[in-house]
Amino acid sequence: MDDNTILKVNDLSTHYFTSRGAVKALDDASFELKGGQSMGIAGESGCGKSTLAFSLMRMVQPPGKIVKGSIDIRGLEVTDLSEKEARKKLRWQKISMVFQGAMDIMTPVYTVGYQMMEPLKYLKNIKGDEAKDICFKYLDMVNIDYELFYRYPHELSGGQKQRIVIATALLLDPDVVILDEPTTALDVVVEARIMNDLKLLKKKLNNSMIFITHDLSILAEISDKLAVMYAGYIVELGDAIEIYKNPKHPYTRKLIGAIPRLHVDVDRLEYIPGAPPELTNPPKGCRFHPRCDQAFDRCSQDEPGFHEVDGVKVMCHLYDRGA
Amino acid sequence: MTRTVIEVKNLKKDFEVSQSFMNKMMRKPKLYVKAVDNISFKIKEKESFALVGESGCGKTTVGKILMRLINVTSGEVYVKGKNISKLNDPYKLKVYRRMTQMIYQDPFSSLDPRFKVYDILEEPLLIHNIGSSIAERRALIEEALENVRLTPPDEFIDRYPHMLSGGQRQRVAIARCLILNPDVIVADEPVSMLDVSVRAELLNLMKDLIEKQDLTYLYITHDVSTTRFFAKHIGVMYLGDIVEQGPVGNVLDNPLHPYTQALLTAIPEPEPERLDRIKEIPIRGDIPAGTNIPEGCRFHPRCPYAKRVCIEEVPDYKIPAERGHIVRCHFAGEIEYKFRVKVISDEGEVVKEEVIDAGEESDTAS
Repeated sequence: MDDNTILKVNDLSTHYFTSRGAVKALDDASFELKGGQSMGIAGESGCGKSTLAFSLMRMVQPPGKIVKGSIDIRGLEVTDLSEKEARKKLRWQKISMVFQGAMDIMTPVYTVGYQMMEPLKYLKNIKGDEAKDICFKYLDMVNIDYELFYRYPHELSGGQKQRIVIATALLLDPDVVILDEPTTALDVVVEARIMNDLKLLKKKLNNSMIFITHDLSILAEISDKLAVMYAGYIVELGDAIEIYKNPKHPYTRKLIGAIPRLHVDVDRLEYIPGAPPELTNPPKGCRFHPRCDQAFDRCSQDEPGFHEVDGVKVMCHLYDRGA
Repeated sequence: MTRTVIEVKNLKKDFEVSQSFMNKMMRKPKLYVKAVDNISFKIKEKESFALVGESGCGKTTVGKILMRLINVTSGEVYVKGKNISKLNDPYKLKVYRRMTQMIYQDPFSSLDPRFKVYDILEEPLLIHNIGSSIAERRALIEEALENVRLTPPDEFIDRYPHMLSGGQRQRVAIARCLILNPDVIVADEPVSMLDVSVRAELLNLMKDLIEKQDLTYLYITHDVSTTRFFAKHIGVMYLGDIVEQGPVGNVLDNPLHPYTQALLTAIPEPEPERLDRIKEIPIRGDIPAGTNIPEGCRFHPRCPYAKRVCIEEVPDYKIPAERGHIVRCHFAGEIEYKFRVKVISDEGEVVKEEVIDAGEESDTAS
């Protein structure tokens, strides 16, 4: 493991134990992230991308449970931590998260400043002017006027709230920042501006960032690495440019083909027929085979392993040269 | 020549802002939000017209007016030659509502959770007295389900909405519109809640239905990238006014209004080479409140090209000859479609700036 590796995830599986059986929301996820690197996680709803984020934060709620695997953040083994330790050592300091719909996450009864200073107060015991200075430093980075620090959340626009939530997530200088659909509820102009700021932030800070979204066109703007998830598995993982230029997995290919383009006339949009499988009882063999147009006999029998093609890991039998 | 199905002329809609008791007692003047401010457009038979814009620009209000759900302040709306803007007679309204239907944004809340698919689709039939027997109605329902490709219908007809996926629910909502055989469908963000693949599938379906059922769509969306595929004409709304309209290809490849240009610059494209480039969005500040629409050109406070005339005079529509669309801007045709790109180094410093001619760029893409 070279020095700059911040996050190392190995064979991580998280299942939800419901009355209908175990929902295999995340299976055998493995990846590494270096400092300053950003990774995008893409996939349809229900493919396990949020479960992956919650697992990294050690925030999987019962009946969910991390059943196997390891998460290593700069030498700290996340899966071994107790809840209390996770609160004291992990969250906000090692890893933080901007949640989906983060704009509505602030309580309306406290000022923005009070809420921003909370993690500093409880985790680092930094109070008063010192805490304020730290907050102002990060507000500056996300282009927010200091004046807003003393306002209440209802006085701010959606874009401003989103920026403040991002600044709060960065406060304790965590090694990894997870952004779960950070711009979904915003207008395109605001979205584009926030993405521009995030691009600059990514260069300036040495944190690793994980972006979770179903919108592949946003991920293209910001991620160095890309992980495409389907039905609980990371089916394709590698350099973002390579994957966009030439997607290997039939699922990725379809997903990129389904993006409507602004400057290209098309007669039909590509789509993937059918629906993602129930994760209580996923299909045998490759989980994508019932919807795949390149499936052959073996796909419904054996589960595919990872094959490396042009530096990209693909979970698909098409690339199994040995067989 | 195809017939014009929908014609909107000088449509205005003001909403009164509710005032506090004290303000009322002090006889403060009433405040109005000008949600729709003097817009006109036409939609021809079997075409779809896309209305795009940011939230709060009034696009949904236009849809609701077309459905005759809210009253207009002034102006006329003609549907198939009849002025419906003052339509109040309950019988005529019922007839009108049979020919116009609406698809809502959120399929998770637009379907009654206690109704089975059968009940959801039967309700409009019962309201409009279509089909004299259960068997006849069931046949119609099955046909509607087949039309939206929920096949075999028997498998879906007895399900409750919670047993369906988001895409399937939205199909049921579309089937509910189609079952009355309408002429006009107002689709208000029909695919914005859905995953990209399901979105593509539904847009294909909705486009096929234009020919199959002789439909005319008003497609309301904030997602400009879907309009190229789905719509034939596009109107870009800003603060209640359509600032630019025309054939979809012309407007998207050659936007002439600075607002359209900014909006299009802001749309992310799946091209990953731009990792270290920051596209500057040529627009300033935030959208002003609808109660306080700027004098002159309503876009001038945010426009990077604004000159004195923009503050003083409301621009008329201009028709730049060869481009085939109309623009409300004093300098239409003079503003080049360009944006600045900052290239940043690994330390986050700006290394160089480039000006990219977006017009040329889109030519090479297509």
